[in-house]
Amino acid sequence: MNPFPASEYIIPLIFLLFAGATIGGALFAVFTKWIIRSVCGLATASVGLAGMFYFLHSPFLAMIQILIYIGAVCITIVFAIMLAEPDEPQDGYGLHSVPWNVGAGIVAVAVFWGVARLGVTGDWPTPAVRVSDGSVEMIGVALLTTQSLALEIVALILLVSILGALAVARKGRHIE
Amino acid sequence: MTAAEPIRLLLFLVGAATFVGLNAAYLVWVERKGAGRFQRRAGPTEVGYAGLLQPIADAGKLMSKQLIVPPGADRMLFRLAPVMMMPPAIMAFAILPFSEYLVGIDLNVGLIALFAFSSFNVIAVMLAGWSSRNKYGIISAARVVSQNVAYEIPMMLVIITILMLAGTLSLTGIVDQQAGAFWNWNLFALASNPLMPVTFIIFFVCMLSETNRAPFDMAEAESELVAGAYTEYAGMGFGVFFMAEYANIVIGCAIAVILFLGGWHSPVGVFPGVFWFLLKLYFMVFVVIWVRWTFPRTQFYGLLNLSWKILIPISIFTLLLSAVMIKLV
Repeated sequence: MNPFPASEYIIPLIFLLFAGATIGGALFAVFTKWIIRSVCGLATASVGLAGMFYFLHSPFLAMIQILIYIGAVCITIVFAIMLAEPDEPQDGYGLHSVPWNVGAGIVAVAVFWGVARLGVTGDWPTPAVRVSDGSVEMIGVALLTTQSLALEIVALILLVSILGALAVARKGRHIE
Repeated sequence: MTAAEPIRLLLFLVGAATFVGLNAAYLVWVERKGAGRFQRRAGPTEVGYAGLLQPIADAGKLMSKQLIVPPGADRMLFRLAPVMMMPPAIMAFAILPFSEYLVGIDLNVGLIALFAFSSFNVIAVMLAGWSSRNKYGIISAARVVSQNVAYEIPMMLVIITILMLAGTLSLTGIVDQQAGAFWNWNLFALASNPLMPVTFIIFFVCMLSETNRAPFDMAEAESELVAGAYTEYAGMGFGVFFMAEYANIVIGCAIAVILFLGGWHSPVGVFPGVFWFLLKLYFMVFVVIWVRWTFPRTQFYGLLNLSWKILIPISIFTLLLSAVMIKLV
């Protein structure tokens, strides 16, 4: 079989695209002055991260990442911003606090250095038996056996919050 | 990796993009003709036979118009919003199974993937409204979020009801369980949930709301908000939103066909194929258009009341009912 032209470049290219989206989105979220643009950066980073999950053969996690982070978290954040924040960046915001910036920079570099060092030099044993392949079936079995208490508690919290919202909605809003 | 697979994907991508484009163009024609007939007038007649070339004239007009970014708008987000709207809509077509053989990628989590892609829709419309620096746009953005958050919940409860019946997230798997004649469709799965038709109606109402169609088109209620989030978009900027809206209608109707109406299976048990899928799909699209020109737009609090006070309690009840029935049967 003759391979598709340049097929050996497709996979590294896709990987670079997702890695670039993750890192670029994160940097964009941190460095911009407008908080609503930060949310867009967060959304971009989430898409990149979802791509990474897909790349690691876990489409379920990838889709859940998009569904939760873009469909729920980002929208909630933007909604909160709309209700609260004026969209003008304040003059000189973040420029006059040099000690804070330096301190934050030192902490960030230290954390990044620590994590990177752990990742590179740490001892990562590969399990002799492949425990789980991260498929939907395995996640489902795990959720209903070993993690069933956590699942039940989460389900209860969600049900209570829906019922609470229903109770508030049914009562209505009365101006006093 | 053999040559066939990337070429197949490329062809499917081109096919999906063409399908989206043609659908958007000709559903506008169908919508205008349909609106005309419902209101006892002719609709477009001038361009081509029965106005059939009207969409091409419209596309030419939209593409030749100047793109304007209003002063004071957030230029980057304003340009980004249409870009975020369109690709997820096209990506969803890679997952939709048109027939047993005509499916781009048969994901085993296809159903979740469809809802993941459709969640971009909300954030795109919201960014469009926010970045235009237009008060109608911002009101529309706030409306679109509260509407979509409210209707996502009964939609998901309905989906869970179907999933408990099917036991799989794969779209082809769900369709295959409905093979045979129409009484095997999930719509008529009365043995496992006697309220299944009600569930289907809840799904349909939520789908109308999620795609911002009348009577729930709060986001661009033209008599109140000019054009809502799209007010400041000129030319193809607006055109992209318009195309994505029709693409989302097609996707929503396709989900309804796959989940409830047996996908590509024939209602009488003979000749299954893509023909039946398209027939059911366009019947659903016709119903969507029919509803738009029949019912007046609801008020906004009526819209939220419908979801929180009626649809969510009923869908929780049907969910519990089908859980009990599955346990008992």
